[in-house]
Amino acid sequence: MNQATFSLNVTAVSTLEVTLHGGWLMQNSLPTHQPLKSVLVDYQISAVIFKASNHFQWDSKLMAWLLECQRHLAAISDAQFDFHYLPVEISELWQLANAVTPNVETPPIKNLQQQLLDKLEHIGDSVLNNLAFIGGLCIAFYHWAIGKGSARWADIMTLCHQSGPQALPIITLQSVLVGMILAYLGVVQLKQFGAEVYVSDLVALGMVREMGALMTAIVMSGRTGAAYAAQLGTMQVNEEIDALTTLGIKPMDYLIVPRTLALLITIPLLSLYSNILGMIGGGLVATGMNITWRMYLFQIQEAITFSDIATGLFKSLIFAALIAIAGCRAGLACGRSSAAVGQATTNAVVAAIIYLVVADAALNIIYYHLGI
Amino acid sequence: MTTRAVIEAKALTLSYGSHLIQQNLNFTIEKGDIFVVMGGSGCGKSTLLKHMIGLYQPASGEILFHGKNYFHASEKEQLAMQQQWGVTYQGGALFSDKTIAENVALPLEQYTQLNRKERSELISYKLSLVGLAGFENYYPSQISGGMCKRAGLARAIALDPEILFFDEPSAGLDPLSARRLDELILQLRDSTEATVVIVTHELASIFAIGSNGVFLDAATKTQLDCGSPQQLLNNSSSQVVRAFLSRGDYIGEGAQA
Repeated sequence: MNQATFSLNVTAVSTLEVTLHGGWLMQNSLPTHQPLKSVLVDYQISAVIFKASNHFQWDSKLMAWLLECQRHLAAISDAQFDFHYLPVEISELWQLANAVTPNVETPPIKNLQQQLLDKLEHIGDSVLNNLAFIGGLCIAFYHWAIGKGSARWADIMTLCHQSGPQALPIITLQSVLVGMILAYLGVVQLKQFGAEVYVSDLVALGMVREMGALMTAIVMSGRTGAAYAAQLGTMQVNEEIDALTTLGIKPMDYLIVPRTLALLITIPLLSLYSNILGMIGGGLVATGMNITWRMYLFQIQEAITFSDIATGLFKSLIFAALIAIAGCRAGLACGRSSAAVGQATTNAVVAAIIYLVVADAALNIIYYHLGI
Repeated sequence: MTTRAVIEAKALTLSYGSHLIQQNLNFTIEKGDIFVVMGGSGCGKSTLLKHMIGLYQPASGEILFHGKNYFHASEKEQLAMQQQWGVTYQGGALFSDKTIAENVALPLEQYTQLNRKERSELISYKLSLVGLAGFENYYPSQISGGMCKRAGLARAIALDPEILFFDEPSAGLDPLSARRLDELILQLRDSTEATVVIVTHELASIFAIGSNGVFLDAATKTQLDCGSPQQLLNNSSSQVVRAFLSRGDYIGEGAQA
């Protein structure tokens, strides 16, 4: 391809003629502005006239070069550009490009200290907002309980279906495997005392008091909590939540209460299901090691009491509320862009898992001190 | 200017699955045209546009670009055709996690071998064309809706396309901004010799910039007429078309429809 070049010619009447040669095209690299700049520094130039040689071709690249040229020269000279001798489209595009004066402000950029302060402020805000959210949720539940809320049973049932029966396959897999893991863990230790038969105690108590509720909650926070955050976040982006508010329907009543209720109903049930499946999983391991199903089941019956089951169920209720709060809160606090929806989903899962672990630890300490 | 067909639609039928949208569409768009796709709400204007830019495949019939059917072309040819198209979407469809400059840079990074400096010069030029010089480092959420649309236009013209598609360019803009955008489209057409296809139901825009067009009808699910908007207003054989273009003033006069 023919190279893009230019030649300079200073005429007597303080004008500079710039003649463009060759192809000023996207695929070519263009010359630097330097020669032009030095001429403008050396001479008193008031007008720069652009001309074209015979083999001159151009596209957007030329225009970009010219604009860049203007930006460079503005500081050192107030010479006017003249495109009369170039194709008419060039001066049209030039006018269009210069029709609006460039914006000189810069978008706000923060230094490190400000960013840290903002982070701290943000944490403070989010704690307050979380408390406000929980308070709002309590009020909404009160409204619902006295029959003034706008949550509809049809919605609640659909949400229950999504978070309950549809989650059974993954809960099944997870529970059987956790049961088996507990059994293996126990068998290896108990073998040293010749007390393999007590593996059923370990599996049963482990599942009912701890793993059933916790593992179900962790799976559900990834499955349903994240889904709530993504759905509510998208509704926020589409201004659907604004639309609800202006229709006089409180998002808290209409969206959050049904979701929280659905989880409060399904997660305890799923935990019970998980307990049973976990014990079956443990049984699969135990019966492979000289323990009969009859012995295994008898030991289980001896090992767990109603209060063990109740403590696990109570845990799962608390977990359900925490997952719903984390998911819905992240969804409602979502920004107005597609990136914000992804962020909201991440926040929902991270927050839910932190809540779960902290709440689990706290509950275990309380149970221990209460002796249950 | 040589009048050569850039886009031809032949016996085109559009449908979503078994749901028929429009059938038997025939029109020709010539180089330098500002072609307006007109029609009431829900008649399939945007659907037609999405078929033209290759997002959906026509149920039957074909759309030809310089005599070539996009859906019969090889992947390489399709890519080459797509680079000749610039599309602006209703809300701008800017990538919200990228700055304005990064948005415009995307097609340049994808399809050209420009280095970083050349690219940023070109981006500044494109942005100044749409009146957004100096907004390179802003995020879409930091500028107004009208500016987002113009930034979308800058992204669409990044590769100097031969055909520019607009989906409802003036929707959601105040009358002055809408008018400025219309003027911008006209100026860009004049100085870049691009062909423009616009979907709109803004009468002011239709008459201000349209040089050719097609009128789609939701009831009969086909085109009622095609030609320049002014000509359709005065001479269309269809009463529905004249009523639409005159905001209903023609209803009652003449009963041929």
